[in-house]
Amino acid sequence: MISQFFVLSQRGDNIVFRDYRGDVQKGSAEIFFRKVKFWREDGKEEAPPVFNLDGVNYFHVKVVGLLFVATTRINLSPSLALELLQRIARVIKDYLGVLSEESLRKNFVLVYELLDEVIDFGYVQTTSTEVLKSYVFNEPIVVDAARLPSLGPAALFMQGNKRMPGTAVTKSVVANEPGGRKREEIFVDIIEKISVTFSSSGYVLTSEIDGTIQMKSYLTGNPEIRLALNDDLYIGRSGVPSYGYSGSAGTGAVVLDDCNFHESVHMDSFDVDRTLSLVPPDGEFPVMNYRITQEFKPPFSINTLIEEAGSLKAEVILKIRADFPSSITANTILVEMPLPTCTTRVNFDLEPGVVGQTADFKESHRKLEWSMKKIVGGSEHTLRAKLNFSQELHGNITKEAGPVSMTFTIPMYNPSRLQVKYLQIAKKMKTSNPYRWVRYVTQANSYVARI
Amino acid sequence: MAPPAQSQRSPSPSQPSGKGEVSDLKMQLRQLAGSRAPGTDDTKRELFKKVISYMTIGIDVSSVFSEMVMCSATSDIVLKKMCYLYVGNYAKHNPDLALLTINFLQRDCKDEDPMIRGLALRSLCSLGVANLVEYLVGPLGNGLKDGNSYVRMVAAVGVLKLYHISASTCMDADFPALLKHLMLKDKDPQVVANCLTSLQEIWSLEASTSEEAAREREALISKPVVYYFLNRIKEFNEWAQCIVLELVSKYVPTDSDEIFDIMNLLEDRLQHANGAVVLATIKVFLHMTLSMTDVHQQVYERIKAPLLTLVSSGSPEQSYAVLSHLHLLVMRAPFIFSSDYKHFYCQYNEPFYVKKLKLEMLTAVANESNTYEIVTELCEYVANVDIPMARESIRAVGKIALQQYDVNAIVDRLLQFLEMEKEHVTAETLVLVKDLLRKYPQWSHDCIAVVGNISSKNVQEPKAKAALIWMLGEYAQDMQDSPYILESLIENWEEEHSAEVRLHLLTAVMKCFLRRPPETQKALGAALAAGLADFHQDVRDRALFYYRLLQYDVSVAERIVNPPKQAVSVFADTQSSEIKDRIFDEFNSLSVVYQKPSYMFTDKEHRGPFAFSEELGNLSIGTEPADDVVAAQRVEANDKDLLLSTSEKEESQGYGNNGSAYNAPSYNASTTTGASSGQLDLVSLDQPSAVHTTTASTAIDELLGLGMPAAPSAADLPALLLNAKAAIDPSAFQQKWRQLPVSVSQEISIDPRGVAAMTNPQALPQHMQGHSIHCIASGGQAPNFKFFFFAQKADDSSAYLVECIINSSSCKVQLKIKADDQSSSQAFSELFQSALSKFSLA
Repeated sequence: MISQFFVLSQRGDNIVFRDYRGDVQKGSAEIFFRKVKFWREDGKEEAPPVFNLDGVNYFHVKVVGLLFVATTRINLSPSLALELLQRIARVIKDYLGVLSEESLRKNFVLVYELLDEVIDFGYVQTTSTEVLKSYVFNEPIVVDAARLPSLGPAALFMQGNKRMPGTAVTKSVVANEPGGRKREEIFVDIIEKISVTFSSSGYVLTSEIDGTIQMKSYLTGNPEIRLALNDDLYIGRSGVPSYGYSGSAGTGAVVLDDCNFHESVHMDSFDVDRTLSLVPPDGEFPVMNYRITQEFKPPFSINTLIEEAGSLKAEVILKIRADFPSSITANTILVEMPLPTCTTRVNFDLEPGVVGQTADFKESHRKLEWSMKKIVGGSEHTLRAKLNFSQELHGNITKEAGPVSMTFTIPMYNPSRLQVKYLQIAKKMKTSNPYRWVRYVTQANSYVARI
Repeated sequence: MAPPAQSQRSPSPSQPSGKGEVSDLKMQLRQLAGSRAPGTDDTKRELFKKVISYMTIGIDVSSVFSEMVMCSATSDIVLKKMCYLYVGNYAKHNPDLALLTINFLQRDCKDEDPMIRGLALRSLCSLGVANLVEYLVGPLGNGLKDGNSYVRMVAAVGVLKLYHISASTCMDADFPALLKHLMLKDKDPQVVANCLTSLQEIWSLEASTSEEAAREREALISKPVVYYFLNRIKEFNEWAQCIVLELVSKYVPTDSDEIFDIMNLLEDRLQHANGAVVLATIKVFLHMTLSMTDVHQQVYERIKAPLLTLVSSGSPEQSYAVLSHLHLLVMRAPFIFSSDYKHFYCQYNEPFYVKKLKLEMLTAVANESNTYEIVTELCEYVANVDIPMARESIRAVGKIALQQYDVNAIVDRLLQFLEMEKEHVTAETLVLVKDLLRKYPQWSHDCIAVVGNISSKNVQEPKAKAALIWMLGEYAQDMQDSPYILESLIENWEEEHSAEVRLHLLTAVMKCFLRRPPETQKALGAALAAGLADFHQDVRDRALFYYRLLQYDVSVAERIVNPPKQAVSVFADTQSSEIKDRIFDEFNSLSVVYQKPSYMFTDKEHRGPFAFSEELGNLSIGTEPADDVVAAQRVEANDKDLLLSTSEKEESQGYGNNGSAYNAPSYNASTTTGASSGQLDLVSLDQPSAVHTTTASTAIDELLGLGMPAAPSAADLPALLLNAKAAIDPSAFQQKWRQLPVSVSQEISIDPRGVAAMTNPQALPQHMQGHSIHCIASGGQAPNFKFFFFAQKADDSSAYLVECIINSSSCKVQLKIKADDQSSSQAFSELFQSALSKFSLA
């Protein structure tokens, strides 16, 4: 049972505020914002997503810099509240096309209309974009997507991938295109977030892939869809201990540790031919989430060398090698490394002639930042950094610096080799064949090399 | 664009005062009210939007109420919706204006379009004005019978809204019965779900005053209703499924076949992408299998993978909620998760609250086979630039050391931390080394060598300083410089701000003196002088105590200050097992995230639909008579073999300090001190145990209790004989209480003299025990005391359960009796009352 729902801007302004039960004071948004902003005096620790203040429980999630908040006085399931907040954000995005402070402000009446149907007297009624369509009458006022920071996993495709229309992911499910006709299309995105930890000697200590098959359908008439995955896909590693890498590696099979499915998915023929069938509801939703601890080849290797040069100086050499085919290009790469607190000055040497690379010493965080626009598969890049210290470190540099962490995005690449072999749309369309987009992308979740 | 900026004439677009704009709006709306010109609706829409945007940012636009209502005569549904939103916001505080809306809302409730009927009905019920409830009854009744499911859906929640405005109107119109009918008959699953939530809330609120409501509430978790919902579960949307699953988790199946049927039916819910559905399902599985050890363990194995998947998919916030539940399960059954330890490794970009949970899990699952790897990983975190994280990691390493047999390697690691020369690392490590030495005195030589090298100047944090000083005193024999370091610390007495450190300094210098008198004499003198002049009461007291002790007899001082110490085997846990069990009972709720049972953070009226278990939690459990202790311990011993069984004995005795909400029973307190003195050591150094004994009052109470005639009832009521040694454990009691209907409920008066004796909560249970009626739980504060009693028939062991609420100011007692054998409940009630009345005369 939810008492209130509200959305706050980064500055703490109320963009939307809906009171369902009237049992929590009106000033709760301000109380909440102050608490979150000053969770600890030093400002270093983040407020947890759930906390209790004077008998009121506050739940919040952060979406594109906005705070989606719910309050209650009862002992509610935290998963339910947080899942709901995330879902409300998604429904709003489905309707507005773009979720941002501006789009919310322009469409707040529509948002209220949605909120009235999503929750009644604190109880969740529905969060299905499809079902809500029949209750909602306002037309969205579309804001220009190009100027806005993009949102959500699908937004990864916005950069450097010319093969798909840029407007697709920011299209409202209800707004009509100019010209009145809707474009028949469906997007299937395989998004994999990888976590790898390398030991100081370069071995993989832990690795995990958290994947999602995300779907967004703009097909009229709700046709049934069949999605065929790899033939050699297995779920559960029965008998194989979770981290026994030797087990299935090399056989070529894709072994998922576990997975879960959207409620619209039917698994009737999954055991026979690895096919999922579903009638996709409107809007964006995850068809399947999966988790893999099977060994895979990490896309980047990281090599760090630290040499002391005198008592107050040291040199750090960072080498990044892209271990994937040259037909693939990674983009928005950022390498970070904390440096000793007594570091005063850093001089960088980039490779001669490189473009799209910058290196910087963030003094306030004592951190080295090396960013690269893109890395082509098979290539190698090096950064040399000369550090100056204000006091002697007695050979303790490795204890004061590191680990090296990396974030990146690699389109059209997925380390698990999970594939959508085909995407079949059951009912024949009156119009021409609908557009089908199947896209792959890999993103670093936690990619860390210890030194 | 921000709403204020939309008003172009606003002189100060950043923060409009609103007054000018509002009166402008008022005028424009008035002009439009009667207009039928084409395009009027579009203009109205713009104006309505402005009104609502002002409302959102907190400008009071209630002054345009009548204009808004006048403009609402339209067929444009978007306009209507905005108008409903506006009305809903202001009606409650402007009841006179609300009356204006009744007409058009009632008319809309009869509209052809079901959408408009539904919307109007929702707005009508949301007005929240008590004088207008008479207008609600008709439309609500029609709404519940409407042909359209949207309208019925709205009406089902509408009944609950009406109940909150005027409970009597709602009950008089017999709406709950209609809801019940709809719940069991309607084709639309959302209508059914709304009926269920409304009924749950209504019956729970009514249950405290009405027996019938309590029965109805119980009926919701009866077999036919639960099965009805289970059979339809796939029709419901994910949110309604959560409600149904929560209901099922309250149901108590009769046999194991039933349990397996339910679990098989719900098995595929574990693969749902919505974490709330999965957790609700897990709750059902865990609670149903509690008494089936093997199956319960299989459930843990089964839910591991889905939980881990949920943790790693979804937003960080969602994964935190799931991780908290995983944390709870890991803490209950660490060995089941011991091979999954790598999942609990921290990622550098995770927020601190996630890392903290993971560190605790790593600590819990560490065993002989994985300790090396876990400690290696933790050592990486210690070197982390993030200071709170480094501290937590050191604590984790220390905790693992304290729970392992082979601590060799770990001690080395800890000592290496001291060599890192980071102040926070040194401080945290010192505290740990101190605890470690108390458990493993054999390591003193290795540790002392390293600790001796630490300059006390580099240790500033009070806790760490206290630990260092403790070691200086305790190992004065082995540490060459000990007296001199202490001396220099005493010289700086004035600068030492922490009383804790000064207390330790006194004790350490005492210990040092007793071992190496000539070297320490001077320091001791200085310390005692400084201590006696200290402004802090405790420091002064301790200095005075030591001073007099030394004056009296040095050998006695030696025995008191420096007795041979026993190594500590178990450090007292901070959280009692009872609390942990309560949190487990409240699986899939905030209790798990906060790691507190709900009674610690919610008001009573907000405790949810089935509050009984919480009520019991509020009370202190464990006033069993002495004979039952044996039985209870036997149960506990068995439980230990059971997987997640509840309690370790050492812990269960330590619960007296769980907040002011309940009184530690004196019975327990005395056992704690009696049975386990010397074994149970609190982590804090040299501080008196926090357990208060109320020996004196107990003794008097015992006299009172024992002074009563043992079986006076036999003569009065020969028909009913009770088993004097009846026993039941609280959870079985709780389960039984849920299952049985109330057979006697009445209010009686008692003698004020008896009430006077209520000041000691133990008096009544002991008195009743003399009548073979045993107290299961008790609690409350003046004037309201609440007791749960249990009794058993001597001949056929059928049980009687009693809830007894005594108001000491009005001298009224409310009794609720539940019985296995309904026919004898009246006889029992009389027996109970006669026993109670004798307490009054005692």
